[in-house]
Amino acid sequence: MKAFAYERAGDAAAAVEAAAVDGATYLAGGTNLVDLMKLGVVEPQRLVDVSRLPHDGIEDTAGGGLRIGAAVRNADLAVHEAVIERYPVLSQALLAGASGQLRNLATVGGNLLQRTRCSYFQDVSKPCNKRRPGSGCPAREGDHRNLAILGHSEHCVATHPSDMAVALAAIGASVHVLGANGERTIPLPGLHRLPGDKPQHDTVLNRGDLITAVELGAPAPRSVYRKVRDRASFSFAVFSVAAIADVDDDGTIREARIALGGVAHVPWRAERAEAALRGAPATAASFAVAAAAELDPAQPLRDNAFKVPLARSVLVRTLAELCA
Amino acid sequence: MDAEIALHINGEEHRLTVDVRTTLLDLLREHVGLTGAKKGCDHGQCGACTILLDGRRANACLALAVAHDGARLTTVEGLAGDALHPLQAAFIERDAFQCGYCTPGQLCSAVGMLAEAEAEGTALDAHEIRERMSGNLCRCGAYPNIVAAIADIAT
Repeated sequence: MKAFAYERAGDAAAAVEAAAVDGATYLAGGTNLVDLMKLGVVEPQRLVDVSRLPHDGIEDTAGGGLRIGAAVRNADLAVHEAVIERYPVLSQALLAGASGQLRNLATVGGNLLQRTRCSYFQDVSKPCNKRRPGSGCPAREGDHRNLAILGHSEHCVATHPSDMAVALAAIGASVHVLGANGERTIPLPGLHRLPGDKPQHDTVLNRGDLITAVELGAPAPRSVYRKVRDRASFSFAVFSVAAIADVDDDGTIREARIALGGVAHVPWRAERAEAALRGAPATAASFAVAAAAELDPAQPLRDNAFKVPLARSVLVRTLAELCA
Repeated sequence: MDAEIALHINGEEHRLTVDVRTTLLDLLREHVGLTGAKKGCDHGQCGACTILLDGRRANACLALAVAHDGARLTTVEGLAGDALHPLQAAFIERDAFQCGYCTPGQLCSAVGMLAEAEAEGTALDAHEIRERMSGNLCRCGAYPNIVAAIADIAT
């Protein structure tokens, strides 16, 4: 690991100031960052430790929502009573991610900003446009079984690895950010960006921007997270879906909110499927139409075409169970 | 860059000067002489380095020591009192290992996991134990007996 300077931020404003310099990075739980530093994938010159900032509360907001501090541990958020009751999709997504000991370290802010697990990104002996812009993307022709089928570019086919972010994208959470120019709020999805020709930028954040909280709006009691992976537990998603439904007594879908994981550079909000479901009867036929609307435009690569029918099937089944 | 830190390890206070790159795992093994926590993958994927960090299970390989200045650590060496920890006794009773390399991590993880389940009020069946222990790999495949040993303590 390359040498770096370490400092612990006294408050959020001091953290933002300390992180404004070239080569500075925030440290929270460290579960991804420390690993990437060991691998030489990232080589910060200065770590600004924000893990002890007082962003560790979970508070009710007006309207039945929740404000979650960025330093709240994934494990604590997953078992928080209000989350289990009002946003089961979020609790389930958190518990589907990583392992018990990792969730004890990992924070909400860090989870959002974790990097792709694309094997070329993590291997400094290989080209990677995300790690070294302009060096190329061997994943397009190489090992891409687990990579994107939607929204990728010739420059990058990486997927975003977070489960939590998929649930937050379906919920429509907003991310509170403190930067050099003050506070602002970024809606999810919207924090993460598609790779385009600048895959080195995972998000729309600027240097020194600090996530301080995530705010959840209207509760989503009828919601679910379903994850498909290569082993029964402790594995990244091959495909996942976070779904929230509002169904009339007569079986008409008022609204469905759906986000997909393991398919794109971002937690993928399935707007085409949502549009197909709005006002439709909650039937298998509607779910199939919605899944097709979202996945027909997919552009799978040589070895991940299996994800398209997999995603379609899992989406249909998840919606059927949710709306039953 | 070096930093001076204090850690309470298995009930003893240690004052140490460490390079800020030092992980808790390397600190325990190389600076304090506690080699119970094992270096398996060193990337948070195997769980062999699991310790209790302020009472909660954590991967010591991914935690920078400097960031945990002031923390209380319990390693496998600190689980037993005058007698073995009940879980250690259960591992022996159930023959819950083969080579034993993953065992310190399995033990610390299970102690933390049992406390988590108790705090949540969750009953643990074999399926739930497997799910909650999925961060600890055993290349010998001793899982059936590990699950049985934990189940003995959980009930």
